[in-house]
Amino acid sequence: MNDKDANWIGLVIAGARAKGVAALYRYFRDLDLAEEAFQEASLRALKSWPRNGPPRDPAAWLILVGRNSGIDSVRRRARFTELPEEDKISDTSDAETDIADRIDESHYRDDILRLLFVCCHPDLPATQQIALALRIVSGLSVKQIAGAFLVSEAAMEQRITRAKARIAKSGAQFETPDAADRAERVGAVAAMAYLVFNEGYTSAGERAETRATFADEAIRLARLLLGLFPSEPELMGLLALMLIQHSRDAARFDAEGAIILLDDQDRSLWNRAMIDEGLALIDKAMRHRTPGIFQVQAAIAAIHAHAKTAAETDWAEIDILYRVLERLQPSPVVTLNRAVAVSKTEGPQAALDLIEPLADALGNYFYFHGLRGGLLKDLGRTEEARLAFDIAIAHANTSAEALHIRAHLDHLSTPESV
Amino acid sequence: MLYAILCYNDEAAVGQWSKSHDDKIMADLMAVQKPLIEAGKMGPVARLMPTTAATTLRKTAGEPIVLDGPFAETKEQFLGFYVIDAESLEAVVQVVRDLAEANPGMGSYEIRPVRDFFPGAQVK
Repeated sequence: MNDKDANWIGLVIAGARAKGVAALYRYFRDLDLAEEAFQEASLRALKSWPRNGPPRDPAAWLILVGRNSGIDSVRRRARFTELPEEDKISDTSDAETDIADRIDESHYRDDILRLLFVCCHPDLPATQQIALALRIVSGLSVKQIAGAFLVSEAAMEQRITRAKARIAKSGAQFETPDAADRAERVGAVAAMAYLVFNEGYTSAGERAETRATFADEAIRLARLLLGLFPSEPELMGLLALMLIQHSRDAARFDAEGAIILLDDQDRSLWNRAMIDEGLALIDKAMRHRTPGIFQVQAAIAAIHAHAKTAAETDWAEIDILYRVLERLQPSPVVTLNRAVAVSKTEGPQAALDLIEPLADALGNYFYFHGLRGGLLKDLGRTEEARLAFDIAIAHANTSAEALHIRAHLDHLSTPESV
Repeated sequence: MLYAILCYNDEAAVGQWSKSHDDKIMADLMAVQKPLIEAGKMGPVARLMPTTAATTLRKTAGEPIVLDGPFAETKEQFLGFYVIDAESLEAVVQVVRDLAEANPGMGSYEIRPVRDFFPGAQVK
């Protein structure tokens, strides 16, 4: 097999992974066994596909071969049993047609949803949910995930093992969900996908390749979900939100790794293809006239994307959308975000008045102190601004955030007359 | 004779392409197209957005139904396409309704936003 074969086969396998592991999980009801079986099927694909050509339905092929290999491994564990000839299993052209007919898309849909749903089990802390989804659904190696979370491989291995044990203990639901269960699962899984996305901008904020790992996988998860539930406007909103936010990635950090705010970004670095797709999805979602939190956030992101320069941003519309979001999902963080729009439309004093009551709720929040410092600075209350910036640095999650605030502090130290 | 070349592939696998892989494939494809465009032989080329961005209008006995998602039937065949510049999905849907009314009966129209559009040469 040459590199070119390995390359396209690798991509086809990666693309079929969610379907494959999900179906094998339904069959074996054991995550480890499902993963092993898929892995084994992938190895056989690397041997068989260059010789026989790609199967008509790669996912169905991988599921069938994985199922046979999984059964073997269960038997081998039970007692030593003669293994079938490998070619007998790999040569599945007839059986493949059969299974492809039986496993239709709606079957895959509940399988994949179940697999994603066990990853966001409420007993699991957010970081474990993310790690598990990246391992099982996206197929990232433990080493890659450990790298993304900046922990050792052993620690990540342990974290994933613990998460799997907890899932095995509480048990997943294997019966076909009813409409209400399905809707609940979709909501939970969408929230988990957004967690994966945001992880890229918090813990891994400084390193471009790690950020891209989280964002790319989250976008794939959202795309997978929307493919399964094509008429769910919130999933259109989720995918649009991620695409538009991530479209700015190349413009978000300077050479020193400090954050560049939206206002100051070089908009020519924004990825137009991602923005266009995001806008097309919002357009689709709007036809449903059932707003939700992801759609509204995507619409806000779209307003920024539409503005050719920062000065052309329609802040009044952003203010309105944040008010809608406050109604859908009341939260001090949403109000804090609205305050940015208010500072642009009504000035720093109005924005400050809006956020002062949030001090209790957001006392430990980096952005609260950062925004407060900025507003105080704009009002000429330099000493208070300096104090707020100092507190912000103390609450910074990444060195990029701290660097950004330091730049403000440096600016404050410059005498006004200069 | 003018020919249309329709491209089919496994969307999930293409979705796994890295940015650099994508860039390389697009550049390699462009290298094939360039001499054809220069010779006035290759017209417009479009790369479509993923099927998650698609909307489908299906003709019925009465009002056509507008559905989210790509055209999924295998009983009908791909017979033609239009490229249209529109302000919104709503505007495209209206055009497609008019097309459906002009050609009633069976069939569907899949509306897919274009990701990249290369005008190519003026052919014939």
